[in-house]
Amino acid sequence: MGMTIAEKILARAAGLPAVEAGDVVEPRVDLAMSHENAALVINQFQEIYQGTGLEAKVWDPSKIAIIFDHRIPAESSKTATNQKKVREFVAKQGIRKFHDIRGDEGGICHQILPENGYVRPGAVVVGTDSHTTSHGALGAFAFGIGATEMASVWTLGSVLNVEVPGTIKVVANGSFAPFVSPKDLILYLVGKLTAEGANFRVIEFHGDAIRKMSTSGRLVLCNMSVEAGATSGIVPPDEETSRYLREEAGVKDNAAFVLPDADAAYGQVIEVDVAQLIPQVAFPHTVDNVKPVDAAAGTKVQQIVLGSCTNGRLDDIEVAAKILKGKKISKGVRMLIFPASWRIYKDALKRGYLADLVDAGAVIMNSGCGCCLGVHQGALGDGEVALSTTNRNFKGRMGNPNSEVYLCSPAVAAASAVTGVITDPR
Amino acid sequence: MATSAKVVLKLGDDISTDVIYPGRFMATVLPTETPQYAFADMQEFNAKLKKKEIPADSVVVAGKNFGCGSSREQATSTLKGYELTIVAKGFARIFLQNSINLGLQTIVCPTIEASEGDELEIASGEVVSKTTGKRFPTLPLPKARQAIIDAGGLIPYTRKRVLAAKSKV
Repeated sequence: MGMTIAEKILARAAGLPAVEAGDVVEPRVDLAMSHENAALVINQFQEIYQGTGLEAKVWDPSKIAIIFDHRIPAESSKTATNQKKVREFVAKQGIRKFHDIRGDEGGICHQILPENGYVRPGAVVVGTDSHTTSHGALGAFAFGIGATEMASVWTLGSVLNVEVPGTIKVVANGSFAPFVSPKDLILYLVGKLTAEGANFRVIEFHGDAIRKMSTSGRLVLCNMSVEAGATSGIVPPDEETSRYLREEAGVKDNAAFVLPDADAAYGQVIEVDVAQLIPQVAFPHTVDNVKPVDAAAGTKVQQIVLGSCTNGRLDDIEVAAKILKGKKISKGVRMLIFPASWRIYKDALKRGYLADLVDAGAVIMNSGCGCCLGVHQGALGDGEVALSTTNRNFKGRMGNPNSEVYLCSPAVAAASAVTGVITDPR
Repeated sequence: MATSAKVVLKLGDDISTDVIYPGRFMATVLPTETPQYAFADMQEFNAKLKKKEIPADSVVVAGKNFGCGSSREQATSTLKGYELTIVAKGFARIFLQNSINLGLQTIVCPTIEASEGDELEIASGEVVSKTTGKRFPTLPLPKARQAIIDAGGLIPYTRKRVLAAKSKV
């Protein structure tokens, strides 16, 4: 029987001719990513070596990436001290794929990795962040792990005891209607699958709607696959993957693709005609509480957030700028924009998008995770409602358990900014 | 070996790591310091934990998909700090792996029914309610994971591998 992409990648990385769902393997890691929580990884890493009489050296500094994005610039002395500790570790261990709080290299980890060519098709990528699933957009098997697991990876260069996941095949055909985007597709799928519908499984994305989609859109799908519990979301690499790697990520060598076998076994197949999709909204307080936008229309909002590892890319900012150009954001609404990287920030600046957004009343924040996880920059007041292009709306997510977060696409966010209530952009 | 303990908290489905350990406390990373923020937004329960009114091995019962969302390991270490046992209908993947790695007691019990105050016995292959007399089968953890538990967690497990490699040289 044939293998899925996940099975093929794991078999290769574990040095086995073939694996199937349920097997336990120990894959070699091609890229190990952490953000500020590297501070905890360092602690656990040093503990592993305690009493061994050996010096704590990472297995391969060229395969470790550390990107500061969650709390930048530091919101507290505690964070600043953690960041300092990570900088010292990075220097000592010779880790070069380190992206500090700098305009010439910084941004959100799930944008920095692809745009710098760190992720290749067929790679095994692990990250101490659940949205590491994003990198499946380039045909990698990428999944989130905890800090202690990462300390073990830094030590051994492999992930211990990975159970090969089964795969759900999504086949998305057709063309998106105007103002409908990959974000609406993934919200729809999370709603359909539910928050645990893909737990311990991989989602493989097929169909002509995926083939026609830019890498930016594929990153949205894979990013939010974890919201259905998926270990990983994967798009089979193609011409677009090569184009992205060559033109946007500056990769010179030709990447070898890992593709699924025609007779691969899928536990479940979901077909979607994207032409039938209308804008979707996830209601508080779970990501799978998804309804068509009309169900939320008219809901008053106080804060609108455009950005994050889900929807902070140039095409997302472009959509918002085009809707808001020459208009004014409703009084009583604050709109915060977090570009996913400084490279995107500069591109949006050059194209005039940021000026259009500022003229409309938006506030351009520094590139980073911002208020998505409720640490700093844009907490909500008691009883306030936010509409956000981010990926999570759990109770308390934006820093206040007495507030509500609705999730949507950039087009819905921008259209709603004008009216002050959740609005269908069509 | 069977142990019996009281259900001190009953939760529903899809309890996220944001509920277990809110993001705004993520700058606190050390397992020795994270317990103070366990269920921080459920102030009453958090206060009981901090006042040490909840004995070790007490049980939290939850529905499906416990620990969904962020991979933050603080959500595991904060519960481990009080030596709580989590009996849930199901766990999200990363949370379950973190719990195995750090030695937090997690019991997968798809049909569990219990209320706060009930006395549960965690037996081999089942959970028995001393209060209602009902028995609920549990699912075993995969063998490969059992090895990490037997080693006392992932840190000692990996340390063993490091030492084994050292002795080969």
